[in-house]
Amino acid sequence: MKWTRRDMLKGLAGLPLVGGIWWAAAANSVLSSQKRSEILEQLNIEPSYPTSLPSITGPPIRVGIIGFGIRGDQLCRSLGFATNEWISEMRKEADEDSQHTALEEFLAQEKLNVKLVAVCDIFDKRANKAIASFKTDDNDIKRYKTYQEMIDSGDVDAVIIATPDHWHAPMSIYALNRGVHVYVEKPMAHTVEETYTLREAAENSSARFMVGHQHRQTLSFKTAQDIIEKGVLGHVSMIQTNTNRNDDNGAWNYDIEAEASEQTIDWEQFLGTAPKIPFNKNHFFRWRKWWEYGSGLSGDLLTHDYDRLNCVMNMGIPNSVTASGGIYTHNDGRNVPDVLQVNMEFPDYKLGASQEKGKEKGMTFIYSATLGNGFSRPTFLMGHDGTMELGNKLTIWPDGSSTKYADLLEAERMHPSEPIYQYDPAANIPDAISSATSQYFADKGLMWTYIDGVRVDSTYLHLREWLSSIKNGGKLSCGIQEGFEEAISAHMAGLSYKLGRRIDWNSTEQIIEPIEGINFDEVLLSSV
Amino acid sequence: MSEIDKAWRLRTSVVLLRILIGWHFLYEGVIKLYDPEWTSFGYLASAQGPLKQFFLAMTNEAIINWTDGLNIAALIIVGLTLILGIFERVGTVIGIGLLAMYYLAHPPFPWLEQIHAEGNYWFVNKNLIELAALLVIYQLPTADYFGLHRILKKNKEDIKN
Repeated sequence: MKWTRRDMLKGLAGLPLVGGIWWAAAANSVLSSQKRSEILEQLNIEPSYPTSLPSITGPPIRVGIIGFGIRGDQLCRSLGFATNEWISEMRKEADEDSQHTALEEFLAQEKLNVKLVAVCDIFDKRANKAIASFKTDDNDIKRYKTYQEMIDSGDVDAVIIATPDHWHAPMSIYALNRGVHVYVEKPMAHTVEETYTLREAAENSSARFMVGHQHRQTLSFKTAQDIIEKGVLGHVSMIQTNTNRNDDNGAWNYDIEAEASEQTIDWEQFLGTAPKIPFNKNHFFRWRKWWEYGSGLSGDLLTHDYDRLNCVMNMGIPNSVTASGGIYTHNDGRNVPDVLQVNMEFPDYKLGASQEKGKEKGMTFIYSATLGNGFSRPTFLMGHDGTMELGNKLTIWPDGSSTKYADLLEAERMHPSEPIYQYDPAANIPDAISSATSQYFADKGLMWTYIDGVRVDSTYLHLREWLSSIKNGGKLSCGIQEGFEEAISAHMAGLSYKLGRRIDWNSTEQIIEPIEGINFDEVLLSSV
Repeated sequence: MSEIDKAWRLRTSVVLLRILIGWHFLYEGVIKLYDPEWTSFGYLASAQGPLKQFFLAMTNEAIINWTDGLNIAALIIVGLTLILGIFERVGTVIGIGLLAMYYLAHPPFPWLEQIHAEGNYWFVNKNLIELAALLVIYQLPTADYFGLHRILKKNKEDIKN
């Protein structure tokens, strides 16, 4: 051994360095995960994963589709039936871009125990399209000219209604009265009177009734319920939710198909109870733009936002509603507004108060919509202790003046600009104190494609829940009570906009407070 | 300046470079080792450029744990070899391989969207520069001057004698 002191120094100098770096890295890593779990523990939020439902066993449920337009087509796909046209279009897309996985996801979707045995559409082209695509050796599908014939045929157990709004309630009531199960698109009713008649029919029927608010299946909303119940945000005094669209499709200017004519469309049946006017393609394909058949922003899009917040907050029907807006971006002959602001007041709402008793009570729900700007304004739930941004993923920031988190803020363990919780149902783990990168992935929705390799389609989940309850019973996440609250709230918004005054809810009598000399349904259906 | 002086300065500079790169790798590796929630999934899933499919394949559920584990092990091996000055060429080659993969997963090509980039890059980024620095270290081994190898080498010489 001829090691000199110099040899030892130069030979072993790396060792303490390794020790130091190792210690620093380990300590930092452990410290930050401790910090994370400490906050998560305090928040005590339990992300919810897809609920497992009893399977749909026995003979397949025989389903009929009423209205095979844009939404009807989508609903059938969620049910497991895609048109030949859609399949070839998606195949082409996938060939051009390997990232385009719509077809792959459709094929991977678990098959439901159903047969699509009936279609009712008053436009020949659409009915024929359904027959051409869905008639196979093991699925016999028949066209019915009217919904009554279909429901009375005895060949369908359940119907899916995807027609213009003014047909939702009459068809639902007809089916429910005959014990046929109903899945109806929102809003479930077009007038106030229908809303009550439909509720009665659903309550008295043995059949299952579901409103098509599929976002009730969205996992982040289920998690948000838990967050609200646990008072993570403190007292929520304001909710802001928005619609921002800036394209023809978003403004309901759908394609007018060349094959449409008085010969191929049963115009009388389309009109139903609507004012009798001569055949009009514009009205047929773009019915959402007129109060006579649709309900504009308040019934079409506000209902989505109202219901998804009602599912989180369970706030029910507002005490009062005021609304204003106008036709400012699409002055094309429509009579529903394209810019709309709605304020819903819930003066008695209290949940999650963290300050002294009695100080916090009441909440305003603000819905703001424009069809002339596409900038994404997220939904915010604003509480005394924190703010939640709610979308497909969910993020919570502490409030700088929070009572609940005062100590943690003081100790700089929390910071108002840093999220304390983030939930992305596509990621495997809840992520408190996000890094810039994970924030980026979540924003981009990159992880969506990777939930166990399959993207979850909420409409599929919603339909599955309905079908499962037909066979096995069980509570529906958007049944008649939820549908009733949504429809009444939307009617109140529509009435307020049209009358230019506040509309009140009489909760004792469960009616919209009457206004002398005014018939609410006449107002709702009127063109101005 | 004498040739000996020049050689000493060069050697010392390379040792410094070697230790700093080793430091960087070791710290990254150990941080990940102690963070049970760390995964390379996001970095790989968002890969771009010519080898995108290859990186996507690495995110497969069946192998993502292996991908993560091997990445951590490789980072730590490179860190230890470069700092301690032992098997430095093996460490250098592994380091070059790792950096090449990091570079190719998110190449700073102008036609691709830049993600995971904290600065502005045009074809050349820090991964590529660190890779080039490892090439220098490979060409100029210094472990027998500063590192465990110095002791091991003497040991061997002793035995021979």
